[in-house]
Amino acid sequence: MQTRQRRIFRTALAVAAGLGLTVVAGCGAADTGKSTSAGGNDTITLTKPSWVGAEANVAVAKYVLENELDYKVTTKQMGEVIAWDALGKGTIDAIMEDWGHPEQEKQYVEEKKSVVAAGDLGVTGHIGWFVPKYWADKNPDVTDYKNLDKYADQLKTSESGGKGQLLEGSPDYVTFDDAIIKNLDLNLKTVYAGSEAAQITQIQQNAKAKKPFLTYWWTPQWLNNVVDMVEVKLPAYKEGCDADPKKVACAYPNTPLQKYLNADFAKDGGKGAEFLKNFKWTAEQQNEVAKMIAQDKMSPDAAAKKWVDANPDVVKAWLP
Amino acid sequence: MSATTPTKADRPNPEKVDSPPGGPGSAGGWTGVRARLSVMRPVSRRLTGLAALAMVLVPVAAVLWGSGSWPGALGVDVSGPLDDLSKWIVDNRDTSPIFLYFLLHISNTSLDAVDGVYQLLDFLGWTGVTAAAVLLAWRAGGAGRSGLKVAAIALGALAGCGLLNMWEPAMVTLSLMVVAVAVSALVGFLLGLAAGLSDRVDRALRPVLDTMQVLPAFAYLLPFVLIFGTGSPAALLATVIYAAPPMARLTALGLRGADPAVLEASASLGASGWQRLRTARLPLARKELLLGLNQTIMMALSMVVIASVIGAGGLGDEVYSALSTVDVGAALAAGIPIVLIAVWLDRTTEAAGEQLGAPPAADGPRVLRLPVYLGARPLRLGSRLLYAGRIRWITVTVSTVATALGTVAALVAGKIAGAAMWPDAWTFDVSSPVNDFQTWMVDHIHAGVPILGGTEVWASNFTSWVLNPLRDVLQGAPWWSLLLLVAGLALLAGTWRTALGAAAALAATGVLGVWSITLDTLSQVLAAVALTLVLGVVIGILAARVSWVERALRPVLDVLQTLPQFVYLIPVVALFGVGRAAAITAAVMYALPAVVRITTQGLKQTDPAALEAARSLGATGMQQLRQVQLPLARPALLLAVNQGVVLVLAVVIVGGLVGGGALGYNVVFGLSRGDLGVGLVAGAAIVCLGLVLDRVTQPAPARRKDG
Repeated sequence: MQTRQRRIFRTALAVAAGLGLTVVAGCGAADTGKSTSAGGNDTITLTKPSWVGAEANVAVAKYVLENELDYKVTTKQMGEVIAWDALGKGTIDAIMEDWGHPEQEKQYVEEKKSVVAAGDLGVTGHIGWFVPKYWADKNPDVTDYKNLDKYADQLKTSESGGKGQLLEGSPDYVTFDDAIIKNLDLNLKTVYAGSEAAQITQIQQNAKAKKPFLTYWWTPQWLNNVVDMVEVKLPAYKEGCDADPKKVACAYPNTPLQKYLNADFAKDGGKGAEFLKNFKWTAEQQNEVAKMIAQDKMSPDAAAKKWVDANPDVVKAWLP
Repeated sequence: MSATTPTKADRPNPEKVDSPPGGPGSAGGWTGVRARLSVMRPVSRRLTGLAALAMVLVPVAAVLWGSGSWPGALGVDVSGPLDDLSKWIVDNRDTSPIFLYFLLHISNTSLDAVDGVYQLLDFLGWTGVTAAAVLLAWRAGGAGRSGLKVAAIALGALAGCGLLNMWEPAMVTLSLMVVAVAVSALVGFLLGLAAGLSDRVDRALRPVLDTMQVLPAFAYLLPFVLIFGTGSPAALLATVIYAAPPMARLTALGLRGADPAVLEASASLGASGWQRLRTARLPLARKELLLGLNQTIMMALSMVVIASVIGAGGLGDEVYSALSTVDVGAALAAGIPIVLIAVWLDRTTEAAGEQLGAPPAADGPRVLRLPVYLGARPLRLGSRLLYAGRIRWITVTVSTVATALGTVAALVAGKIAGAAMWPDAWTFDVSSPVNDFQTWMVDHIHAGVPILGGTEVWASNFTSWVLNPLRDVLQGAPWWSLLLLVAGLALLAGTWRTALGAAAALAATGVLGVWSITLDTLSQVLAAVALTLVLGVVIGILAARVSWVERALRPVLDVLQTLPQFVYLIPVVALFGVGRAAAITAAVMYALPAVVRITTQGLKQTDPAALEAARSLGATGMQQLRQVQLPLARPALLLAVNQGVVLVLAVVIVGGLVGGGALGYNVVFGLSRGDLGVGLVAGAAIVCLGLVLDRVTQPAPARRKDG
């Protein structure tokens, strides 16, 4: 009985294997094109990063593309580096706001040539260390990194192992803070919140209780309109001082945020690609939309509509 | 879903109870040694052996590599090769034959399949989909009055999705689900068929399935992302890996559990092997097959949410997006439909299972399909099936036709009314009230509560007085002492083989160079498991003894088990602050329902005769509990420990999103940066830790055999 079963089994396996091979062989090489994006030519896929400022770009671009240029726009949420990979593959067509990824730029723009730069977004991003204004007002010298050690006691939490806590955000974000702390010999310890949501919640909670805190933060960011924060001065940024990630001991640079398009899309994308290349606005404009989304809890589409209706001239300049 | 919610806890794992992982065959080599040592009691005998071994090895190891943290000399740096691999994949994705002739086919096919199902749902419109779902549920429930309740649940669930303005994402999730479940069920069925028919396949498959059971889903998302890019193909394949094992296990169980008398009868009637499989074994295993399908659906649903991290779209994506604006209400609005879909699918498949003729569980509505779990299989259906034959067949045909007609009618009605999408007017917004409630609650219990101090104070005390010392002790202990400890514990619970496996798994984390952060994670897991068990057993005892508590708890537990963990990420941080305390709270919330259920069920299933005897001897309620129920429920309690561990570990990564740090953070880091070197190593370490803890806590009945 056993042997018969086994025989049947082997036969079944062989048949299955044979069928599998036939199918694979019959199909030949698979299509590598935009293999993971559904829809035809008039669908544009944008990455929707996890921070609200970038969501504002996407919301407005989507609104204009759909209502003025008759495209269908889908958005995909993904990590920044993964978005680069997806852009190279053609899974997404554009990144609207990039904070600088030299490694990926080299791999995809220079080597594989599957991504092309599409100009400035118009917004300048800046990363730094921030403290709440209410705390800085009481202790004006806290805004210089040299005095931070004096306040380490006040910044201590149960997670920071006896040192002052420097709150970090999502693992996605560019940070040299561990190196900066080490090289400037500060009595601080980074505590990774692990996600922007957790970091923002913690900041809001601290601000509500008027507690002192020190955090890795950046502008433009909608939360800056809700919680007033002041930047701590680090040694000034000089060209190349962040070349070796282990030896960084200076402030973060000002980054003019960039747009990137998939190479094929940039070539054949028609008016949609043209529009995305033209898209350019200021930090204030971006914040206006971001605040509507994040603070007033409007849906991105509604916020975009409100802003576009209020700024027809700006939008007109973007249209091809 | 009262029965089965998508957690690994509910994945039936009868093998663990039926026969030890080592199996009778594996003990062979040791019989000689055993015979010589048989004068001693089995446990002390084995521990003596370990002690002797330790006395020889430890001094050598200590002299060679020191007694601090894991020695660097014994590490292997894998991040370089992994980074190279990752670069190779990216560079060759479009040209290498492996991709062109194999992987891309999988990717394209799965994309087309998901897309096709979505197109179909979209074509049906909300009226068509709702009608089809309701009628199918009604038909699964017996196509008569008995089916009305199931149909009502289906209607409620879909209407809920629409009312919350989540119709479209719900359909995206549903289409991914349909494909994922179909593939998982097929793969699981084939594996189960092989394991059910061949002992050799069964032996080979069991450790694989055991490992898959402790494999946290997040740990293996990354490789799929690199190979397939973000989007449905990667999500689909990750889901299949996650959801196929229960189907495989239950298929094998059903085939193996077939009544030998029936098989013998069919063999004596001259049926060939194939005929026997088709006419006797498979029909007899129908209930297990359906249960397997049910479990697969639940697990696929939970995975579909997790897969939103890699761009699966749908409801999970809505939840995840709501996080970026710290909008708990919006996250909940997307989370509730997931719970509703889970309830709907669970009740529908459950009703279908009951229609197969199994009598309802003796103790009223069952809470968890624990009978299967604990090894006592309710296999009473076979005979009924054989009779019901023709009449049922007619009913089935008629009701199927009715279902199809009803769907078409609804579809036409919907098309005439011009409604493809759920009408906007019929939606309402829950997010602002939820957000208000959240703020109110946080303001009132966060800090400054008289006497109690508030959650923030608790969190910080818990971290300072429990977590930090625990972590420091673990990280400060000599590496060989931890290996020894783990081996000893595993030996107490199982065999030499489990001990060796556990120690090797722990050592692997050291070799991978993540020894110290693994111990950090371990300290968090231990604290979370302890907390879960204390709470879970207390609540479980309460629920087992007071029936209204159990009734009141059931929906809460259902929701906690199916609600995506992302939803409570923000409240947890608001209450406990960024850090390990928040991570542990999230883990406890996730693991608690399973532990409560297993405890309750275990206590309720104690022999009524024993209880009656104790009562007639005048035992008080407390005495009954302590001296009769708890000892009798020991297997269930051990299972609760094991499942608690597995579940807590499964959400370590969620801890990484709220400041838990350690391995969870590294996996998040690897995922969001596509960094194989960091992410895959951390994922592997989590798996190792899972194996260690599973081996150490596995309620192995091996002892029964030895003693």
